[in-house]
Amino acid sequence: MAVHVNKRLCKGCGLCMTVCPKNVYELSDEVNQKGFAVISAVRASDCIKCKRCEINCPDMALWIEDDETSSKEESAR
Amino acid sequence: MSVSTMPEKGNPLLKYMRQDKLPHFFCPGCGCGQVVSAFLRAVEALKLDLGTMVGIGGVGCTARIPVYLHMDCLHGVHGRTLAWATGIKLHKPDTKVVVFAGDGDAMSIGGNHFIHAARRNLDVTFIVVNNFNFAMTGGQVAPMTPGGAVTMTTPYGSSEPPFDLCAMAVTSGATYVARTLTSNPAQMTSYIKTALDHKGFSVVEILSQCPTHFGRYALGSGSPKNLVTWIKDHTVPLTAADKMKAEELEGKYRTGEFIKTERPVFMGSTVCSAPCAEKEGKA
Repeated sequence: MAVHVNKRLCKGCGLCMTVCPKNVYELSDEVNQKGFAVISAVRASDCIKCKRCEINCPDMALWIEDDETSSKEESAR
Repeated sequence: MSVSTMPEKGNPLLKYMRQDKLPHFFCPGCGCGQVVSAFLRAVEALKLDLGTMVGIGGVGCTARIPVYLHMDCLHGVHGRTLAWATGIKLHKPDTKVVVFAGDGDAMSIGGNHFIHAARRNLDVTFIVVNNFNFAMTGGQVAPMTPGGAVTMTTPYGSSEPPFDLCAMAVTSGATYVARTLTSNPAQMTSYIKTALDHKGFSVVEILSQCPTHFGRYALGSGSPKNLVTWIKDHTVPLTAADKMKAEELEGKYRTGEFIKTERPVFMGSTVCSAPCAEKEGKA
């Protein structure tokens, strides 16, 4: 899965939900150690890796994995 | 849960942050976090070494930013950030100094330091996060609160006109002045990058959301999304503003680069230029 959410850092502000063009995120019922309801990437397969959520996240809780290297390796084969 | 100082696998910018201090204390949806990541992306793009830089914060929400970064940090004297910066620059002129100040820190308590640092053209990057109120103390009216806005101390709306920080910086003599907003991270990173690279007093004002206080009091909503939209609606790019009438620009913030010039930076030489040079020549 390319979309990673660091649940320890997430505060559930929902800014990622507002910037995501593919509506990947949803606020979950899960609560982290600070008592914040965290975000969850429920439609991670829809992600187009625009990284708007990663750039906009105030808590640096989101991370979109770059699989450029792996895809390059695949194409080389 | 065990506390670990090892970097977590995750956002690549986390390697510049003090892991044991995270999560940071900013409220959910606060713009300060976005300023941190924009600053770190600018640092990464310029390949600067954070370890050789000094970050200064006074008192306030924004002033907490350098505490979370892997850099030398001064924190805690309200409004006197630029006085500290002047001292550091005179002792070690090659050190890169970045000041993070809120609107109260920059314009209210530290207003005098600000105009004089601009006048002297102190070689410091001054990042002002304008969230329109004194957020840390509970959302009181500040010098940058827009006219008519309801805050904790102005329940019937603020009757004072706000400061225009960028116009003031330009007239005071700052050599790089720009205004941007948190919902435009690319522009924010680009302006911070230019400011860090600039020799002289560089000011970047960032319009930021404070959903906890300004959002609740002035807009009646604690949602960061509503406040981000409000800020977006109240900004006009400089190029568009040139074509607009004065009435249309009422209550709007112009964003863009206001000035980018060069002039000699402050080295403390105004005190002893001639005698010192002579002494060095004889030795």
